Parts: sequence; structure tokens; C-alpha cells
Amino acid sequence: MFSQFKYWKPFIGPFDPCKPIKVKSYSTPPHLYIGFQPPGMKQFSPKDALMHGTLWPQLYSPYPDPNKGVKKD
Amino acid sequence: MTKQMPPEYYQCLEEIQAIDFVIVELNLYLNTHPNDLEAIKQFNECSKKSMQLKVEFEKKFGPLMNFGRSYANYPWDLDDTPWPWQV
Amino acid sequence: MFYYEKKLQYPVRVSTCNPMLAKFLIEQYGGADGELAAALRYMNQRYTIPDKVIGLLNDIAMEEFSHLEMIATMVYKLTKDATPEMMKAAGLGDHYADHDKALYYHNAAGVPWTATYIQAKGDPIADLYEDIAAEEKARATYQWLIDMSDDPDINDSLRFLREREVVHSLRFREAVEILKEDQGKKKFY
Ligand SMILES: [Fe+2]
Repeated sequence: MFSQFKYWKPFIGPFDPCKPIKVKSYSTPPHLYIGFQPPGMKQFSPKDALMHGTLWPQLYSPYPDPNKGVKKD
Repeated sequence: MTKQMPPEYYQCLEEIQAIDFVIVELNLYLNTHPNDLEAIKQFNECSKKSMQLKVEFEKKFGPLMNFGRSYANYPWDLDDTPWPWQV
Repeated sequence: MFYYEKKLQYPVRVSTCNPMLAKFLIEQYGGADGELAAALRYMNQRYTIPDKVIGLLNDIAMEEFSHLEMIATMVYKLTKDATPEMMKAAGLGDHYADHDKALYYHNAAGVPWTATYIQAKGDPIADLYEDIAAEEKARATYQWLIDMSDDPDINDSLRFLREREVVHSLRFREAVEILKEDQGKKKFY
């Protein structure tokens, strides 16, 4: 299983004027790991598919990061 | 314009949007998976369902499509409000 | 031949009159990685792409036009009853001077849409790689828009549009795999 977001700690200089963001993140959605979609993947119901923007739960990419603010080390 | 659409309009429309969305997803998928028979069957079932829902919708709320894809009523109602960006 | 269907692909709701948000969303209407650019790019590349993937480009182009209509709906609703003062306060004074409340194909900074945003190289791999990049850039734009918006209904629609970019990107990547395949061999489903 892959993670939907990656985290990194940028260098923080002593003279940075803005309050530093200690951990930065970027999105790595599921399609980056699938390559070629296999047949027969589990599906959402039509209503849920519309609400998620895809028919397949495995292709769903949340945004913003649901774990934002949770401590990452 | 004080014409208001009843809650039923939004429910029926959303039902169509849901089934049509499944069709879009299957359509794109089948473009790269042309031999997935199960998906083709599901595509055709959903298309049938969509057509049925639209027949019901159009009876209540008027034609959905132009250029002969929907039947028109008297007086001419293909250009009736509301348009999708207005509702 | 094209037919119009009187419905949006996804139900668009807007919580509050907010011309400032409309100014930002215009990026996806007439910006470099916006829906107009996407629709026209694929629609135009389809003529010379190999037959195996024409259908995919054609269908994704059609879907992008539906997304353009969704973005237009959001912008229209966010500004519909805004006063000139509200437009001015939202940074839309320049827009108002030229267009009143009319929509126009420009980006968030007011730069008009240009065909130089899109390419048709005629080389299928080059074109599909551009398409994949375009989908990722559109996904990123939706992320930054969601970051700035506090309208829960708008965010709901923006999340839908962002997810569509993920699916489109996957399909274009699959198209590359199909074109990479040796002729006669069949590995894919
Ligand atoms: Fe797209």
C-alpha cells in the first residue's frame, strides 16, 4: 500500500522572515502507482462514484491531506 | 423570473448525473480496456438505465437535449429556463 | 456533430456571493492549465494521434467541455448579484471595466487565453506526455484553489474536478502503454 501524501522537512534559515513551516507535503495520487488499471476493481455505487469523482475507490485521491497537522517524523 | 424548480427536480437530476457519471467512467476505461466484457455489459446496462431515467425526467421537466435527441412540446420548450448554470 | 444536454456533469452549489473567489477560479476557465486549454488541446490532437487512442482523446475532450461549464457556473454564481463596489473590492475592478459581469477567457491575473498554452506536436508520445503533464498541472491548480477557498460547496465541486484529473492522467498513461506495445503482441485487457 502506498501513501497519498509525502512529507519533507525543508532547511530553515535563521533569517527566514515568515514563520517557518516545519513539514511540507505534496500529493502522490493513486494513479502514480497503478500503471495500467487491472480489470474487476471494486466499485462505488453510482451516487458515491459521483460524490468521489471516480467509479473506483482505489483511484480516489483525497484533498486536502486528511492527516494535515498530525505529527509526522 | 420567479419560476422555481421543486426539490424533485434536483433529486431526479442528481440520479441522472450519478448514472451518467458511471457511464463516463466506464467509457474512458473501455477506451483503454476494449476486451473487458463485464465492463461492456455494465456500460450497456447503465446506458439503458440512463435513457429510462431521462424519459421520466423529460415528462416532468421538459426536454434535456437539442437537435432532435429529445421530443419538443407545444409551445416550443427546448429553450425554456432554467439552464444548468441557473438552477 | 455535437448535441447539448441541459445538465451539468456534477451538481454545482455555491454557499455565498464571493467575487474574490470567482477571480481565482477564472484560472481554470481561461488559464494555461484550465479546462478550455484542456478541451481544445485534446480535441485538436485527436486528428493525428494513432487510431488506437483517438477515442480516448475525443472522450476526454468532451468531458473537459463539461468541466468548463462547471467552472463557468461557479464563476457566474459567485458574481451574479455582486455590486460594482463588491467587484472592485474583490480585485475585479479591471475585469468589470471591460466586461461587467460577463465571463471572459483569461486567467486569474487577467491575461487572455492564448493558443500558445497548448501544443500539437504530431508525435504521439510527445503529445501524450504533454497531456499527462497538463492533467497533473490542472490537479495542482485545483489543490491551490481548494487551499484558498473557504466555501464548502465550491470545494466539493473542486474536489470532484481534481479527482477527474487523476483519472484522466491514468488513462493517458495507459494510452502511452498501448502505443509502446509491440505490434501483434497483446498484453493488455
Ligand atoms: Fe482533465
